[in-house]
Amino acid sequence: MSDAQPLLPLRLLDVRYEVGGRRIVDGITLELEHGPRTVVLGPNGSGKSVLMRLCHGLLRPTSGELRFNGPQWLDGRRRHAMVFQRPVMLRRSALANVAYPLALAGVKRIEQRRIACEALERVGLLPFASQPARVLSGGEQQRLAIARAWALRPDLLFLDEPTANLDPSATQAIEAAIQTVHEAGTKIVLITHNLGQAHRLGDEVVFLSCGRVAERAPVERFLRSPASPEAAAFIRGEMPWT
Amino acid sequence: MNDIWAAVDAAARLVAGGDRHLFGIVLLSLKVSLSAVAIASLIGLPLGGALAVARFPGRRTLTVITNALMGLPPVVVGLGVYLLLSRAGPLGELGLLFTPEAMVVAQSILVLPIVTALTRQIAADAWTEYHDLLRSLGAGPLRAAATLLWDIRDSLLTVVLAGFGRAAAEVGAVMIVGGNIDGVTRVMTTAIALETSKGDLPLALGLGMILIGLVLVVNAAAYVLREAASRRHGSSAR
Repeated sequence: MSDAQPLLPLRLLDVRYEVGGRRIVDGITLELEHGPRTVVLGPNGSGKSVLMRLCHGLLRPTSGELRFNGPQWLDGRRRHAMVFQRPVMLRRSALANVAYPLALAGVKRIEQRRIACEALERVGLLPFASQPARVLSGGEQQRLAIARAWALRPDLLFLDEPTANLDPSATQAIEAAIQTVHEAGTKIVLITHNLGQAHRLGDEVVFLSCGRVAERAPVERFLRSPASPEAAAFIRGEMPWT
Repeated sequence: MNDIWAAVDAAARLVAGGDRHLFGIVLLSLKVSLSAVAIASLIGLPLGGALAVARFPGRRTLTVITNALMGLPPVVVGLGVYLLLSRAGPLGELGLLFTPEAMVVAQSILVLPIVTALTRQIAADAWTEYHDLLRSLGAGPLRAAATLLWDIRDSLLTVVLAGFGRAAAEVGAVMIVGGNIDGVTRVMTTAIALETSKGDLPLALGLGMILIGLVLVVNAAAYVLREAASRRHGSSAR
């Protein structure tokens, strides 16, 4: 992307996160490289969301080390972005929502418009550019959130269950948007509950159980023959811990 | 009973006839209360936003105090400002006592906690929704607070109105620091109090009608504005 040190790999060393005496992330050591799309799988409460928030810097680890290879900020823009499970739309037009992070990064006004339009185009929302973001449907809002996160061309994009509670066609549109982002060279890290989605969108799986990495494997192998008993149980749909 | 109807009739004629004396009082009331609300909003909106967003030692205490001050008795504020502005007081040299300016000061103090506390409440609720997103997008604390206030601007209109309602309706503070001087510091509420005690019911009633009508009109206008805004930006409730 530029002469600066590449952002990735991201290295986690024995990262722990506790809140109110409960250990949610319990000693994760992990390296995320540029390239393969990483899918984070695991039952509810296994620490997936917290792990992602730790990586994105929204939470601070209680102990352990979390280090990017290169600087996280470059020319006023953050090099990693995040799409949340429930999209939060600013009370303004779709276009203005995408332009907002560009304005924060000090991009010139005319440029903001051009980049934002292009981002909207990529997720198929250009016809809705001037519509208030909050009147869009849930699926459209999530695609808008992807366009907004991607407007600054991050090297790394975190997505926390972006298709939870959406119907199949909205899910399909979002998966297409994620694929577009991937093809443009952004590293994808995606949390999902849906094994089909993991199969469609993932190259490798990081499987969490009780705040630890129980297994990490290429997606095909993980789904066909999981090595850990927890993952095997998860795939069979037998979740003894829920 | 007949006396009352006669008074209502006379009051209606005063209002309809555009009585100059009456409208002078109305105009001064509006000037004082609107100025007070403007000043209180200028300070209270950003302050409320900061209380919602910033994390600093003493924030909880400040929040509790602000909430408590919403119930500040107007006469006590009047007394405090009176002591400040009286000849022997620390600000006595300004010669502001018994002027409309003094009334603006007193009402600003009354309205400020209302605007601050209500803004803080609304902004804090919105902040729980926005805060991860704004941090994720790289907004610093100041920018985040500004974005937050801008996004809840429709709700803040209601806050400002609540402040205006308080200022327009109170009588204690303006009575003490203004002195209810005819043609100088006499406003609607103080005039109503005086005319009622004098027995001049038509003027008191006429002023009462205008006061209520004014509050109604202002609130109706705000309601329409909010409706239009939520249609334009999309409702906040999902």
